[in-house]
Amino acid sequence: MNWTLAAPELVLSVCGFAILVFGVLRREDSTLLCTMLTIGAFLIVAALVLSTPYGIAYRGQFAVDPFAVFVKMLVLVGALLAVILALDYNDKQSLTRFEFPVLVLFSTVGMMVMASATSLMSLYLGLELQSLAIYVLAAFARDEVRSSEAGLKYFVLGALASGLLLYGISLVYGFAGTMDFAALGHAFTEPGSVSVGLVVGVVFIIAGLAFKISAVPFHMWTPDVYEGAPTPVTALMSTAPKVAAMALLLRTLAVPFGHLLAQWTPLLALISIASMIIGALGAIGQWSIKRLMAYSSIGHIGYALIGLAVGTQAGYRGVLIYLVTYVFMSAGTFACIIAMRRRGRALEKIADLNGLASTDPMLALAFAVLMFSMAGIPPMSGFFGKLYVFLAAVQAGNWWLAVIGVVTSVVSAYYYIRVVKVIYFDPAEPAFDRRSASLSFVAAAGTLFTLLFFVFPAPIVAAAQGAAQALLG
Amino acid sequence: MNAAGFPVLSLITWLPLVGVGVLLCVRGDEATVAANARWTALWTSLIVFALSLVLWFRFDTSNPGFQFVENVTWLPAFKVSYRMGVDGISVLFVLLSTFLTPICILASWDSVHSRVREYMITFLILETMMVGMFCALDFLVFYMFFEGVLIPMYLIIGIWGGPRRVYAAFKFFLYTLLGSVLMLLALLAMWYRAGTTDIVVLLHTPFPPEMQFWLFLAFLASFAVKVPMWPVHTWLPDAHVEAPTAGSVILAGVMLKMGAYGFIRFSMPMLPQATAEFAPLMFTLGVIAVTYTSLVALAQDDMKKLIAYSSVAHMGFVTMGIFSMTQQGIQGAIFLMISHGLVSAALFLCVGVVYDRLHTREIDRYGGLAWNMPKYATVFMIFALANIGLPGTSGFVGEFLVVIGALQVNFWLALLGAMGMILGTAYTLYLYRRVIFGALVKTDLKSLLDLSPREVAIFAPLVVLTLWMGVHPTSFTRFWDASIGAMVQQHTASLDTVRFAGGPAR
Repeated sequence: MNWTLAAPELVLSVCGFAILVFGVLRREDSTLLCTMLTIGAFLIVAALVLSTPYGIAYRGQFAVDPFAVFVKMLVLVGALLAVILALDYNDKQSLTRFEFPVLVLFSTVGMMVMASATSLMSLYLGLELQSLAIYVLAAFARDEVRSSEAGLKYFVLGALASGLLLYGISLVYGFAGTMDFAALGHAFTEPGSVSVGLVVGVVFIIAGLAFKISAVPFHMWTPDVYEGAPTPVTALMSTAPKVAAMALLLRTLAVPFGHLLAQWTPLLALISIASMIIGALGAIGQWSIKRLMAYSSIGHIGYALIGLAVGTQAGYRGVLIYLVTYVFMSAGTFACIIAMRRRGRALEKIADLNGLASTDPMLALAFAVLMFSMAGIPPMSGFFGKLYVFLAAVQAGNWWLAVIGVVTSVVSAYYYIRVVKVIYFDPAEPAFDRRSASLSFVAAAGTLFTLLFFVFPAPIVAAAQGAAQALLG
Repeated sequence: MNAAGFPVLSLITWLPLVGVGVLLCVRGDEATVAANARWTALWTSLIVFALSLVLWFRFDTSNPGFQFVENVTWLPAFKVSYRMGVDGISVLFVLLSTFLTPICILASWDSVHSRVREYMITFLILETMMVGMFCALDFLVFYMFFEGVLIPMYLIIGIWGGPRRVYAAFKFFLYTLLGSVLMLLALLAMWYRAGTTDIVVLLHTPFPPEMQFWLFLAFLASFAVKVPMWPVHTWLPDAHVEAPTAGSVILAGVMLKMGAYGFIRFSMPMLPQATAEFAPLMFTLGVIAVTYTSLVALAQDDMKKLIAYSSVAHMGFVTMGIFSMTQQGIQGAIFLMISHGLVSAALFLCVGVVYDRLHTREIDRYGGLAWNMPKYATVFMIFALANIGLPGTSGFVGEFLVVIGALQVNFWLALLGAMGMILGTAYTLYLYRRVIFGALVKTDLKSLLDLSPREVAIFAPLVVLTLWMGVHPTSFTRFWDASIGAMVQQHTASLDTVRFAGGPAR
């Protein structure tokens, strides 16, 4: 058994336990130290991920291929940025507990397992590890009603989704007799092997995963949980777990159910269109920036799903590029949101941004760049994300998806540029508190990536191409 | 390497961003920053203009193809590169952009007081976008510049605009965005079909007629909003009225040309059959624009709105000229665009001069300015006459060529277009009479000062160019003679191939 292939996950878990024990044994407050150790662990594991050879381990349950590496790197970046964001926020909100980085770390292990899962069993294992840690994180501000409510809501609905997923898995297992992706793929090649029960099982699996990526019609929890959870947790939820769940959806649909393409593509096209529309319309009436970001993330998932719904290699490549641009945009935006703090109180109304351009020009600039990018205006990276999924849709002759995509992107541009309007056109309010270096770092990293992506996009595009190729074998 | 021996197009495209970098580093109190920002922006734009003069002197007018070509690998897997180059059609637009930017910066020297640094930064970014758009030889690069223009313009209207600036900025942004995303789909379809986004390759790729039909519609959605053509012109009066003077200058001077440039660069040569098929529709829209918006202009009591409607009318002329698909018509359209870029910019500057003094654009508040502002009255007269198209000014040559082009297509088209010229005379002279002539009775007007040396410096080059274009048009037309000749020839040839191959498919 070639267990060394899972070295990054194993090392990360061991680091997690070590940091946990260290935090418990140390008497005084050790949050900062534990966070630094976690960041160190992430960096080491990132190096390990890049150096691990490709292969299949654990009797076909776990695969390391360019696709898994691509997703894992992205997940690590998202988790790393979220941990850095939490440093300042938890300090100011008196949430300094060393468990926070450890929980993020364990959820990251889950996500990495998801990226490599090649059996329905390891898929479920990774997904639950990831989700359980995030349920706790969502309720991390336990003295706050909103946060507890968010945690509970996320947990109950998440459990329901897991139930749906498990039910789907059991149906598929019942009808196909195996859980292994490769074996499942072979099982469906024979004529007459696709029964109604199996298709129902696949639909349940899609429904369970759609909940995790908050795609319509399983998006109801998103605005409430995004609003209630501590902002760094929201930042985490909108980046790394979305990437991992999206990757899982990609691999599950493309590899074992690749022969059922005709059955699941219409379903995903529907989900994608519904997400784009709800994401564009739902955000218009929002006054809270966190709720706005929730609807915005629903919309973004809709665009990314276009790539999956066309079911081609170009489409999968588009999804991956979209996710890269989205992770940086989203992390940067949440860094800006956490920086919204006046006299020690965290703010989240869009109106609180009034006239930010004259009180804090750099933050205003970062916000504006990220908003224009989310709206998909070139030369920001958000444009390239959309470009590649639309290109895939056009290549596949799926005109409706592309047309609805561009029209909803104009509708959503309205609320993005409304944020810019509030920042630049409206009269100024008192300045925000001085922001910490860690926030500035994440905001600058997200903004610079977004702004300068166009200069040298070829390596990321090539990596996404390689990952998509690996996925289809 | 190209004729200039160095990558001149990239240099003039990206140099303004160096100025932006310098501006970002300026430290000090607000007055120091403002003064430094003004001078830095002025010098940057002047250096860019000086560099762009290389194009004027080194451009080979006998070569119909692209010159000063640069090519840098960008997305090799998709056959997309960063390609720059100009031909006879685009070269003067590049010069127009680099010429108008320093004028804009000078024009806002005293009228912009708040956030001067940000103002200058947005203008320099705007210059990069405009120049890059006219130089781009790759469709994707073109699209990035084409849509990127929205960001600085949105900020200029929204931050430094008038009372209804937010409404105008949103309307401008969303209107143009909706148009350009549809072009994005056309871009993707062509990219997929031709396998590259190289404009030179796309120009020689035959697209099937069925596909051309849809592509043309998508282009139309984008370019018609930008031109703007009737009935999607409604964003323009709002944007013009609310934008600061310099914003209006760029809007009328350069941004309106982007749509028409798109028609000449993309729609016509790439989609010849669809162009021929849609020409009657375009003529109709052009004629409606010329007559209807001229009548609307006649009824305006806001100076900027009047000139905005006059711009729509002139662009209607341009549309007619382009779709006549004759050598004279297209030549006239381009000539008219350059001329309109100078004249309408100058007219907005004229409005800006009195607006700076009295802070109103209402025509009725003025009258008899000839008595105490003789220099201003003279300058305004020159541009009013150029707007009418009086022989000897730049406006005449363009309109005359367009009418000749239209005559070759249809007598009635030419007649209706010429009717528009008469209406244009009516509203321009009516405006001029109400503002400049009459008795100087209003007390607040009596204290107005004539043009300051700075304002004279702004208008002098515009006057010289307007008269130069009117008196000796050949020094401008020589640039695009060869390019347009080749284009019209190719257009006719590709229509003939279809005809010989068994008639048009649609």
